[in-house]
Amino acid sequence: MDKVRSNVMLCGGTGCIATGSLKVKDALVTELKKHKLYDQITVTLTGCNGFCAQGPLVTVFPEGIFYEKLTADDIPFLVEEHFLKGRPVEKFMYKAPEDKSAVPAISEIPFFKHQVLRALRNKGIIDPEKIEEYIARDGYMAAAKALTEMKPEDVVKEMKESGLRGRGGAGFPTGLKWELCAMSKGDLKYILCNGDEGDPGAFMDRSIMEADPHVVLEGMIIAAKAIGASKGYIYVRAEYPLAVERLQKAIDQAKDYGLLGENILNTGFNLDIELYLGAGAFVCGEETALMRSLEGKRGMPIPRPPFPAQKGLWGKPTVLNNVETYANIPPIILNGGEWYKSLGTEKSTGTKVFALTGAVNNIGLIEVPMGIPLRTIIYDIGGGIRKGRKFKAVQLGGPSGGCVPEHLLDTPVTYEDIVQTGAIVGSGGMVVMDDYNCMVSVARFFLDFTTEESCGKCPPCRIGTKVMRDKLADITEGRGQEGDVELLQDLAKDIINTSLCGLGQTAPNPILTTIKYFKDEYESHIHDKWCKAGVCTDLATFYIDEEACKGCTVCAKNCPQECIAGEKKKPHIIDQEKCVKCRTCYEKCKFNAVKVGPANMFDKKDEEVQV
Amino acid sequence: MAKLTIDELKKLKEQYKDKTHLREGGSTAKVTVHMGTCGLAAGSREIMDALLDEIQKANASEVMVTTSGCAGLCSREPMVTVEMLDESPVKYVDLTDEKIRKIFKEHIRGGKVVEEYALVRGCETSY
Repeated sequence: MDKVRSNVMLCGGTGCIATGSLKVKDALVTELKKHKLYDQITVTLTGCNGFCAQGPLVTVFPEGIFYEKLTADDIPFLVEEHFLKGRPVEKFMYKAPEDKSAVPAISEIPFFKHQVLRALRNKGIIDPEKIEEYIARDGYMAAAKALTEMKPEDVVKEMKESGLRGRGGAGFPTGLKWELCAMSKGDLKYILCNGDEGDPGAFMDRSIMEADPHVVLEGMIIAAKAIGASKGYIYVRAEYPLAVERLQKAIDQAKDYGLLGENILNTGFNLDIELYLGAGAFVCGEETALMRSLEGKRGMPIPRPPFPAQKGLWGKPTVLNNVETYANIPPIILNGGEWYKSLGTEKSTGTKVFALTGAVNNIGLIEVPMGIPLRTIIYDIGGGIRKGRKFKAVQLGGPSGGCVPEHLLDTPVTYEDIVQTGAIVGSGGMVVMDDYNCMVSVARFFLDFTTEESCGKCPPCRIGTKVMRDKLADITEGRGQEGDVELLQDLAKDIINTSLCGLGQTAPNPILTTIKYFKDEYESHIHDKWCKAGVCTDLATFYIDEEACKGCTVCAKNCPQECIAGEKKKPHIIDQEKCVKCRTCYEKCKFNAVKVGPANMFDKKDEEVQV
Repeated sequence: MAKLTIDELKKLKEQYKDKTHLREGGSTAKVTVHMGTCGLAAGSREIMDALLDEIQKANASEVMVTTSGCAGLCSREPMVTVEMLDESPVKYVDLTDEKIRKIFKEHIRGGKVVEEYALVRGCETSY
């Protein structure tokens, strides 16, 4: 008998594998067999579920009960209680941060409730290594429709109607890109997929490749039909081993079924797709650099025009789309462009996936309709700021993006509204910061990244990012001078205007937005030698406010230097000679009695600071 | 593996839809097999097997099967509770292989309660 009564979907994304989901799987199988339940209950390893911070995750269907943070040791009890005796185990269920009461069903959890899944529609629902499970969820039906019922121009028209814009960062209209390439003459055209996801903190493309690899292939088949391509490459970074493995399996399965290769679905259409592993250079996410890398050359951008739609890979007309873009395409072909744009705003249609991280309670991957306010994402889906702290800024779009402050939190998330703030939607990184973050240090972090990743071809980016980075290092280490802010702004303008590719053109954004919204922090670093968040240790002195201190001794117990002294219930004091400014007392104190003062607050008046 | 045509692709989809439909929701009938210690001792495993067998034979994808603990009336096990959409639950007692197959055909599929095996309609009051 192979009738099953329950499906256990265990998350097998990189995040959950790291927290032990493979061990949980082994334990589940062992226990289910022990109770003779294994023929009634299936265990499936899925791709990333999205709620990575709570892993390993398990969803039990048909009830839709959601378990989190399971370990192999929990499984014998769980199997006996839930699967044998039918008593869902409350202690393993997700708990909402505010009330700590168990919330059983996935549809009731705020993190999932506000989401609309299109690109991620199969996450956690199918086994990514079985093409039949993808097919059961309408897989390859859109490709079949495009290959049999639609002309290339019909496909392009549907894409233009949908308003879909490239999800990789630039937001160029996908339909228009395809139309330009379809019009280019050429005996050979290429269709490429950009899986070179490089923004720090962004992992939606990896998640799609791991959880639903066939959707990428299907999107590429449809695009190939539209532009007349017969050869495709997926450029994926080698640092994504699970994505590489699952994509390769997907390609092999699709070839076996005649869904790739020659005469696809007996329609006479041919498309061959190969994987190409990138070595992990950030600049190879830029389209012209990616194509040079594919050609076997050093990955560096070239000036445009000519655009890849006319002269791309090996000089042939080429379309490159991002992984998430491809994931949106099959439902558009099946349901129509009109359906797709029923969500979102006029110029930013549909849904977008964001990687929500930082100082929020719920960290993970979310998909929301375009136009949703930032506040809803951070406070409802994200569950608010951790430890009851105060929101300071949200960084959007990674190293090319910028920081959005509190008073702009009602900004709707659309390509055009986010640009107004100085940030970009980009590939969808969303890092939330609380008042323990220093904005100058944040800018420095991103400039460290872009300086490292600049390919070095054009001087504005190669030299400009380094000069800006060094200036930020000066400011955060106490060497800031009058006029530094103006110099940074001036330099940023030149780098934006003269850099060859998107990397340099957007690298100054983190600096410009932090200056725009947090200029007071730059000024206090430069003039007062004071980092008020206590992050820049050269510019901070930690001291205890005698009136606020309750003498609870927590700071003294946690101080790794053992340099805090004081009796119980009496104000404590930090020995400044020994303090290494590790911030432990500052973060541990429940009464906000540990304060951050300027660097020189305890210096004697007669000791002049040497410059 | 044979290369697919579009019709074969559609066939494959229908075939595998049955294997994944549990994850889609939309059940209209729920059968709870009581599998406490008493139920297990009285033979609830055989009841579960027979029920799943019937569901498979009838390809009844609208029926959701779950287990639960002791229903409190240990002397009348094996028991199941059948809940049809928008109807109050019915508890069946003293079940056997044949009885559960009859309940499946007449109540779960036919919509008619098998009165001779039924104990009670509705639930206990709870706060």
